Parts: sequence; structure tokens; C-alpha cells
Amino acid sequence: MAETPDQDLEAKALLKRFGSHTAVDSLSFSVRRGSFFSILGPSGCGKTTLLRMIAGFIEPDSGDIDIGGRSMRGVPPNRRPVNMVFQQLALFPMMSVGENVSYGLARRGVPRTERERKAEAMLERVGLPGSARKRVDELSGGQRQRVAIARSLVLEPTLLLLDEPLGALDLKLRERMKIELKQLQAAFGTTFVYITHDQSEALVLSDQVAVMNNGRFEQVGTPQELYYSPATPFVAGFVGANNRIDGRVSALHGESADVTTAEGWTVRAQRHDALAAGDAATAFVRPEVAVLGRSVEELAMPAESAVHQGVVESLLFDGANSAVLLRESRTRAEFRVALPQTGRFADLKVGETVMFSFAPERAVCFAAGARHG
Amino acid sequence: MTEARTRSSHYLLLWLLLAPALLWLFGLIVLPHLDLALLSFRERTGPGEYVFGLEQYRTFFAEPLYWDVFVRTAVVSLVATALTLLLAFPIAWTIAKLTRGRLSALLFAVCLIPFWVSETVRTLGWMILLRETGVLPGLLVTLGLTDAPVEMLYHDATILVGLVYTSLLFMVVPLYGSLESLDDSLIEAAYDLGGNGWTVLRTVVIPHALPGITAGCIVVFMLTLGNYLTASLLGGKNSLWFTEQIYTQFITRFNWEQGAAFGFLLLALSSVMVWIGLRLSGQRFADVMSRT
Amino acid sequence: MTFTLHRVFVTAGISALLSLSLAGAPAAAQAGGTLRIITWADYVPADVAAQFTRETGIKVEVALSNNEEMISKLRATRGAGFDLAQPSQDRIAGPQQEFGIYKPFDLSKVRIERIQPDLLATVRRNATINGKLYALPYVWGAEGLVVNTKRTKVNDYLDLCRADLKGRTSVRLRRPTLMAFAFAMGKDPFALYGNRQAYTALMEQVGAKLIACKVNFRFFFDNRDQLLNGMRSGELHAAMMWDSGGWRLNRENPDIQFIAPKSGALGWLDTYALPARGKNEAAAYAWINFTLRPDIAARIAKSIGNFSAAKDADKLTDPVLRAQFAASFPDGFKSVRWYPAIPPGLEEIEGRILDRVKAAK
Repeated sequence: MAETPDQDLEAKALLKRFGSHTAVDSLSFSVRRGSFFSILGPSGCGKTTLLRMIAGFIEPDSGDIDIGGRSMRGVPPNRRPVNMVFQQLALFPMMSVGENVSYGLARRGVPRTERERKAEAMLERVGLPGSARKRVDELSGGQRQRVAIARSLVLEPTLLLLDEPLGALDLKLRERMKIELKQLQAAFGTTFVYITHDQSEALVLSDQVAVMNNGRFEQVGTPQELYYSPATPFVAGFVGANNRIDGRVSALHGESADVTTAEGWTVRAQRHDALAAGDAATAFVRPEVAVLGRSVEELAMPAESAVHQGVVESLLFDGANSAVLLRESRTRAEFRVALPQTGRFADLKVGETVMFSFAPERAVCFAAGARHG
Repeated sequence: MTEARTRSSHYLLLWLLLAPALLWLFGLIVLPHLDLALLSFRERTGPGEYVFGLEQYRTFFAEPLYWDVFVRTAVVSLVATALTLLLAFPIAWTIAKLTRGRLSALLFAVCLIPFWVSETVRTLGWMILLRETGVLPGLLVTLGLTDAPVEMLYHDATILVGLVYTSLLFMVVPLYGSLESLDDSLIEAAYDLGGNGWTVLRTVVIPHALPGITAGCIVVFMLTLGNYLTASLLGGKNSLWFTEQIYTQFITRFNWEQGAAFGFLLLALSSVMVWIGLRLSGQRFADVMSRT
Repeated sequence: MTFTLHRVFVTAGISALLSLSLAGAPAAAQAGGTLRIITWADYVPADVAAQFTRETGIKVEVALSNNEEMISKLRATRGAGFDLAQPSQDRIAGPQQEFGIYKPFDLSKVRIERIQPDLLATVRRNATINGKLYALPYVWGAEGLVVNTKRTKVNDYLDLCRADLKGRTSVRLRRPTLMAFAFAMGKDPFALYGNRQAYTALMEQVGAKLIACKVNFRFFFDNRDQLLNGMRSGELHAAMMWDSGGWRLNRENPDIQFIAPKSGALGWLDTYALPARGKNEAAAYAWINFTLRPDIAARIAKSIGNFSAAKDADKLTDPVLRAQFAASFPDGFKSVRWYPAIPPGLEEIEGRILDRVKAAK
């Protein structure tokens, strides 16, 4: 990709090995100016290494990083136009909130009065006016989060790196901070690079998400693209809830294929890869794609749709995200179906037998073991 | 009623548990000090005859010699403490931040080794190394660095080297404790925000380690101030250490009254220095002591 | 000699507790039992102590010390903890008057006829208080100069201050040095013992001399071995030393000689003294009578390298030692001066002077 002024971050064939383990495997990607870019992956996928290379704490073995169009080769962390919000926030406990925020300005030699003015203005922008004199341990978890961001943004970096900053917060606060983070990013317009293992954080916050696995990006795209058009079985499995059905291709029907499990249960899904009969394949069906009914009529599906029968194994009540876990009647295969929010199945009982069905074009199947990066 | 009883039995248990230590403290520290305090306010008027008076303290202030030795001991102790801090900091940093597992245990052991032999043996070992006919001056001649063997004993620098060596571990341990508890991400954050080695040290590492630094300095200062052997053996004819004065007064002059007064002056000196140290570093005594 | 500030306090505390407990304990006479002696190195040879135990069944425990420490320790316990002490004869009367740490001898229990009369007379003169005798002579010798004749030549103490001996001499920072230098300067400090003012003036003069001489002293030695090592290694060329140490060096290296200084050697005489609250007085008398036997006295003298105060022990003295004595004191022992008893308070004056010497640059 050509270097354009539109890109705040561009990685070129980045490679980092620790011993025989390749943490980051020849990665190339770019991040658009002003966007919220997330790197989503399980722990150990190499996302932290990648972030620390961007920040400058780790030197890549090969490849290059351009930030704001400038190569960062040999540039130490304190000279990079990049700031980082650490996992545990790393606020300086020996300093006041104001001193924390003006720390970077002081290092740049900004005079005290201007430093204090800027810090106060920044605290006001993140919703903490008048807290400059407070001690760090007087703040709540969410307020500290904002101080950590303010401390970085006051330096007006080209890029703000965030290393799972919500991980330490409790669930309620995490939900609120997600929204705050997105609003802050929109308000400041700074490019955010955010790493997380929590797919919901990535989906809610990001303009672009890169799903990372084993040192590579499996797929880079908008949250919608990842969710509705996963490019690999890993992405399909990692992003959002999904029913996974492993088997072999028993028949081809145009764009779709029948996948039959070893126990003999057959589901039909859209083909993502070129598949031939007999190939090992994996189908993914999202819970909300399937419909539930006590009779075939209640399903209200087109006549040619396959209808499956299952026994209610357990009810997973979670308000709007409630689901039911079924076992396919004949093969005992597990299948999860989202409950409609109409409350129509509120009286569903464990052990009850129900019908379920889904449109094949809304399910997807991959060749087993296929890799796409 | 029952609650009151459990509480009183709880206190009884507490006192019982503390009793040996308190007895020890009272019998061997408080009592002798009271005795010494009384002793220091006695004046001899004739054989075996004494009256109450401030003569001993007057002598201290009137005789420039004692005053000089007092100040000298304080200054050399301060210098030794500062040198120990400078030397111990990189060691503690290495053990706390740069090494892991066995290597850091090994480094600790290296700091501990000098304490496997007694202070006397250690100091005499130094004397064998440094005396004119000793190992080091001989080596310097062999290497052609000096024409004739140089006497390396009996200098102030030798005393300092000996004191620093003896005190090193007592500085490394509290420093290690406070540096180990410093979250690495704080250092990274400081770098990330534009700090360099010096500013990170000054603004993050030292403020964080301050309780440990203060604790180490207090311990080392007190040890140095109360040191007798290293100062008198390595210092030779010019050692002039205040504890030596106390020893002389007690043992060779039979002047317990003067010795007791000197002892209290030394106690006052170390108390004042500790107080100043806590003031300057803005630490509280209890916090610092929990670090040692 | 390990010592810290706290140890002083702790020692004081222990001695306070010790004296309390001892005061309460009944003074039970022990049959046989143990004899606890506080004395100088070599003063109680192991084989002599073993023979004593065989003959009497009394065990001997020895604590090594020096004049000042002996007095300090006995002072701390007010004369308890030991059954026999061996301070120098001039250090009996003063400390006894000041601290009451000794008890007088019952001469009916001592084979006094075995002691050389002239030495007994000296001790009688210096260690009698209110008509009671507090010490008996044990061993005597003299202090003089030890010199490495290959490297230099000295005649008197002031020669230690010669410019060519810079950093090559040593003395103790103790009162014998003050006395020796006073005599070498042509003064008689003993004559001024009764005149505090004149004595102070003289000591100040001596102090000034020592301060001027300080560049010559490599170190002030604290114990015999420190000096012997300095002479052996050649770091020292000449020093003030007592005879037994000098003769020991002479046996190892004939170039090192012990000489009587021109101004006269100072004679010292160490004694037997009974601590005021010693528990086993019978054992102390038994030991004294045992060690006054000529054969035993001669063995002790050989161990120390000096001369015994017991009669007829001389005849059994080592011939090498006699030859060394003859070489060091050509005119016999006539020029030797004995220390008179130190009046209380003088040591404070001397202490101040010694401190100044130590502090001088």
C-alpha cells in the first residue's frame, strides 16, 4: 500500500521472535487517521508485543513502523509521537492528578503556569474539572481511566495506544467506560489503537477491527464485516456467539453445501471456500439466525428450508440476550438459539421438544483447517 | 459482660506474648540507660565522692577535641551513608529489576557473604590486604604502578571504604524492597510521556523508593555512627571516632561519668540526624521503619 | 576487642543485673571448686594450671585482660566475678580508694617468706592502705626500646622522634609513654605526683612533644602482637616496648634488640590482688602459695619471658633469658625506676593529654 498522508500508522512486514516462538509474524497493516482501530485476539496471540513495538519498548527483528509518515526505526519511546494508556493505567501515585497530566509537558520543558493551564483545560475536557490537586488514590476507577487518557492526550500525540485499559474495571463500569472512550475519541479525533481480548469491546468501540491469532491478522474489517462475513473459521468462532458444526460435505447446492456430522446430522450453509463432496468442513450458524417453533407452521420458514428437532437442554436467560441451549433430537449435537424478545417462549421448559430452522444463506461453511490471513 | 471478659483476656494474652520482649527491653535497655543518665550528671569531688552537676557536659563543650571528634564522626558517617547509597542503588536496582530467580538470589548472597565472617576477622583481613607489607601495595609494585610499597591503612579514605563495605547490605535490602514494589509500567509510562533516564529516576523511581532510601540511610548512619572496630583499626593513629572516645572513657580512664555523658550526646546526635532525615525526605517514622 | 556503643550499654546492664543477683546469692564456701583469675596473656600457663588442678582439685578459669580492663570489669561488678586479679602495683591504691574493688591480704595464709624481700617492700610501699596490704608481687620486668639494629640506632625515647624515622616507630597511647617521655626530657614526673598543677604543666609539655613526634608514629599499638608484627615485617624500625616482647623478637631475629634507654628503664611489677567479692578466697591463697614454689615460679617466668618475684626462681631461669637480660641491662637493674602508686585523679589529667595527642594532626 502506498504511503498516504491519510495513514497515521503503517506497519511493514513486522516480525518479532522470542526464541523459537514467533510473536508477530510478518505483519503489514495501516490505520487511517482519526479512526478507532482495535486489535482483537486471545491472550498470547502477539497483540501486546505488537503494541509495545509501536510504542517503542520492543525493537522489531525486521520490518518497519511509520507513524505520521515518519519511520520509527531507532526512535526511542520518549521521542515517538505516540502515547500509551497502560493496562493498570500506571498513574504516578506519588504525584497529584494535575502533576500526572502535566508530566509529559514538563518533560518537554513547557513552563509551569502554561503546564498547569493546559492540564486544567484537559481535565475539564475529560470531565474532571477542578481535580488537579487531588491525589490519585482519591479518584474512582473510571476517573483514573480518564486521567490516564488525559495525561496522554495533553501531549497531542499522533497515535494513542490503549493496552486493555478496561480489563481492571468491574462489569458495570466497563460498560460505561466503553461509551466514554468512544465519545472521547470522537471528541478529540485522535487515532486510537486499542488492544483487547474482549470481542464486545472491540465491536462496540471500533471503526476497524483486526482479529489477531498466532502473530497474524486473520481479518481486518469493520465490526459488521467481521460479524456477518467472517473470513476464517477462527474469526467466525471468536467474534460473537456462534454454533460450530464440524463434518464433511455430503452434497453441493449451488452456493450452499450440506455438511454432515460424524453422527449423521446434516445442516446446509453458504459456501465460503471452494468445497467438493467429501471434504472436511465446518459450518457456523449464529444463534439469532435460527428461529424456534413448537410446530413447523410456527417457524414460518420457506417450504424448502430444512427443519430440525431438538430437546431443550437449558434456558440461558440474559434479558435481551436470552437463548436456549438445545440438543438435536437424533444426534444429541448441541445448538444454541436466541430467544425472540417478544417473550413468546417465556414458558419454555427444559426437556420440551421444539423445532428450529435457519436460512442457509445466513450460515457459512469453511473448508476445515483452511487458513486465511 | 462476656464481651468485656473476652476483651480483657485478649489483652492479657497480648501482654503475656509481649512480656519477654518488654522485660528484655526494660532490663537491658531502659534500666541501663536510666543508670547512665544519672551517671552522666555526676561530678567527682574526691575519692568515691560525687555530687550532681553538669561538669561532664561542660567538659564536652569546653574541650575542642571532643567537639571536633563528635563533628568529625557525624560528618564521616554522613559521607559514608551517602557513598553507601550511591553504591547500593545500582546493586538493588539490578537485583530488583534486571535479574530474575537464581541470578538475583546469587547477587543477594554476594552482598551477604561479608557477614559470614565476624567483623573482627573482616577488618583484620582488610589490614592484611592494605598494610605496607600487605598484598595490595605489593601487587602495585609488581605491576610497576608504584616504586615502593604504599601504606594504604590509616587514611580517612580507608575508613570510608571499610564503613561502606560493612554497611552495604543494610542499604541494599530496604532499597531492594522499595524498588521491587515499583511497577515497571510506571517507568515505562514515564518514558512514554517523554522522560529520559535521569528524569524518570528523579520524578518516579526516587520518589517511590524514598521510604526505602530513608530507611536504609537511617540504619546505615546509625551503624556507622556506632561503629568502633572498623573506624579504630583501619583509622589507626588518626581514627578519632566518637565511640572510641566513649570506650576510652569507660575502660581506660575509668571515667564512667564522662563516658555516660558522651553516650547520651551520641544518642542525641543520632536522634537529631534521624529527625532531620525524616524531615528532609518528608517521611513518617512508622512508614520508614516498616520498610526496614 | 569487639565493641559498639550498644555493647557498652548492654554490658553496663548485664553488670547491673549481675551485681544484683550476686548480692542476693549466699557466699557459700566451695570445697575445691573453681578459681577464676583475671590476668595478662601468658601469666597462667596451661600446664601449670593443669598441675594445680591435679594437686588440689581446684579448676582454673582464666580471663585475659590488661590493667585498665581489669579495673573496669571489677568496678562494674564492685569486685565480684573473679577470685584473683593481677594488676600492676602502681594501679592498686588509687582504684582501691576510688572504687573499693579489692580486699586486703591475710598474710598468715601466704608463704610470704618465699617472696623476694625488696620486691615485697616496693609493693608494701605502694599498695598499703590504712595499714593493710592489698597486693603481693608476682612478676616484674622493665619497659625500654626495641630496635632493629640493621635499620637504625636509637639510645633514648626521644630518638623515636628523629626525622629519619618518620613513620617507622610506635608507642602505646597510654600513661607509661607519658612517663617515659617525661624522663627522656629530663623531668621527673613521679616527683610531681603530689602537685597537681605542676604535674598538669609537665604533662602538657610531654603532650606537645608527642604531638610534634606524631608523624613518626606509624600507629599507636594496642596489643603486643600488633607491635611484634610491625617489627617483624620491617614496617617499624624502633618502638617503645617491654622487655619480654623485645626478647621474644630477639630470639626470632638477632638484629632486633631490646635496650634500656639512656634516661632509664621503667620497671613494672605485676601483682596478686584479691577482688573484694571473690567467692573462692581459699582457692586464691592456694594458687598464690602454689605459684610461689621455685619450680613453678620458674616455669611461669619462662612462659611470660620475664622474672618471677618468688625467691630462688632466678636460679632456675632459662639461661637464654639471663643472657638477654645481661645484654639489655649491662649495669644490672640499678637504673630501673619503679612506678609509685598513682594518686586518684592524675589519670584524668593524663587522659586529657592522651586524647589531645590522638586528635592532633
